[in-house]
Amino acid sequence: MKHRTFLWFILPSATAMVLFIALPILSVLIQSVFAPHEQVVREVENCTVFGCTMTTMVDQEATRALREAEPLGRFVGFGIYTDRNHLATSEIGAQWAASTGIGDFVNRLLNLPFYGALAFTLTYTALVTPLSIAFGFVIALSVNALPRLFRGPMIFVSLLPMIVTPLVGALILFWMVDARGILGAALQAVAGDPTLSVLASTPLMWTMLIVYGVWSSAPFAFVVYYAGLQTVPQDTLESAMIDGATRWHRIRYVVLPHLLPLTTFMALIKIMDNFRVFEPIVSFNAAAHAQSLSYFIYSDLGGETRLLSSAAATSVLTILGVVVLLSPVLVRTWRSFGRGVA
Amino acid sequence: MSTRIADRRPAALQAALTGFLVLWLVVAAFPFLWTLWGSFKVEGDFFSKADWVNALTGPLTQVETGGAFTGQGYWGAWVQEEFWRAALNTLIVVVCVTCISLTFGTLGGYALSRSPYRYAFWLLIVALVFRAMPPVTLVSGYLLPFFQWNLWGHLPTAIIVLVAINQPFTLWMLTSFFRNIPKDLDESAMVDGCSRFQAFRHVIIPVMWPGVITTGLFSFLLAYNDFAVTAMLLSTENQTMVPKLASFLGTTQTKGNVMFAVAAVVSTTAPLFVLVLFFQRQIVSGLTAGAVKG
Repeated sequence: MKHRTFLWFILPSATAMVLFIALPILSVLIQSVFAPHEQVVREVENCTVFGCTMTTMVDQEATRALREAEPLGRFVGFGIYTDRNHLATSEIGAQWAASTGIGDFVNRLLNLPFYGALAFTLTYTALVTPLSIAFGFVIALSVNALPRLFRGPMIFVSLLPMIVTPLVGALILFWMVDARGILGAALQAVAGDPTLSVLASTPLMWTMLIVYGVWSSAPFAFVVYYAGLQTVPQDTLESAMIDGATRWHRIRYVVLPHLLPLTTFMALIKIMDNFRVFEPIVSFNAAAHAQSLSYFIYSDLGGETRLLSSAAATSVLTILGVVVLLSPVLVRTWRSFGRGVA
Repeated sequence: MSTRIADRRPAALQAALTGFLVLWLVVAAFPFLWTLWGSFKVEGDFFSKADWVNALTGPLTQVETGGAFTGQGYWGAWVQEEFWRAALNTLIVVVCVTCISLTFGTLGGYALSRSPYRYAFWLLIVALVFRAMPPVTLVSGYLLPFFQWNLWGHLPTAIIVLVAINQPFTLWMLTSFFRNIPKDLDESAMVDGCSRFQAFRHVIIPVMWPGVITTGLFSFLLAYNDFAVTAMLLSTENQTMVPKLASFLGTTQTKGNVMFAVAAVVSTTAPLFVLVLFFQRQIVSGLTAGAVKG
């Protein structure tokens, strides 16, 4: 295809992406090095019969004028990145000096909001991705063992947790584990503690969020693996049997290698999706116990005081995180393209 | 099929697999059935302090409304809190986003699939990075300019933003789909004197619908399920269903009207059920399209 024709075909799509993805990234970068203006303070001489005193007062008019003239705020460089709510460089130094050991230091570190959010996001990604893939694989094996008649309905039901709006799916689970819901009551009965509430406990809340993650993303792994299982070469399976391979051997040495490319693909997609975990934290009202990077940005943006600069700095750090996560893939494509294999 | 030697299983294994499937069936479906049933009860039953069985039998619903089922939650949400307005907004947003992203995506995806040059490949890689970024990181970039230019709060703004966020995925899906349509088809049309666009118009468009429908389903789902963009970029009167639902949680939980939210949850899920019912095959093929080819 000629360069010129290509340009015309790609133009609408590229324009949309440049305007609403590339430029916003730029805008985020710029906002993250500007902080809102401080209020303009003026000294006023207050004279009464007893003499004159100097008082300071906020000049509302001048503040508004300044903020309208320069909506970006004042330039602060990396000031926002290093403050307490983000990388907290000076706090880390202080905590390191004050801490009694590595464990204590890690605890103190996780109390800093950004590191807490980062820790949850990474834990969530690291646990939900392999768990949901493994769970989906077992479902796929089981469905594959069903008579053909039952497979369609089974796939229909299995798709539901994945297809449902994340906010809604998480709410449905949340209402069930509420202390007054069916799962909450069951938990209390099992633990023998009638005051037990998921909302009140950090470990339980993390577990619940991860359970939701597996529940909602296992169907994807299931569907992909199920399709992959249909293409496993039957000849290889049967010759493996003739050679005396047991059921487990056949799964280990024939089926799994056949499904390996699918697994890499799925892990990539799932890592991207899990890294942006956001809606379940809103649904579970979990912000007190678990924050993700996305939720951290969202809570800065919401409310009466929109902390745009703070949100922008977190966004930049999150985007850097995404690039780091994707870097193995990027490096691999770079290399394979260099060899001209792509 | 069941006669294949490799498919024969010992009874114990078959039983274990079936048992596991029944368990998964309950895990996957029961929450939806439970919420659907409970949405017709009063709050005292759905969130019963005394006994969870109340949510099934509904003694308080009997006392408060005189029947075993009540539509109070739905009436409160749809009429009193004007959920219908949000539903209408969702309809507008979803239809526009799907149509526009498919138009942009088919043109772009076709070009990417037919271009032998390096930049086409790198464009796809950039799109992959864009696809991986959480949408909420972009939202913080939109707010300040949108406030400055008075674009904030309107439906068209949210629509075009969702289209853009949707593009990377749409491009990937459609590019891999167009690669499966033989090049000879449009190239022979061009040998016969068609321009590239005419070849696209007369030869490719008639055969592209299966791929477009599958991609369209996922564009639909993305727009329908979005929370980050619609919650931050739409004003209260323009809210779509998902942010509206989230706002029920904030405001009505204190008033004891959490049942509005339950009813809204069921109302939001219902269209998705219908979608899966009719388009199960396309959804499955779409999920596996990228994967099976590797």
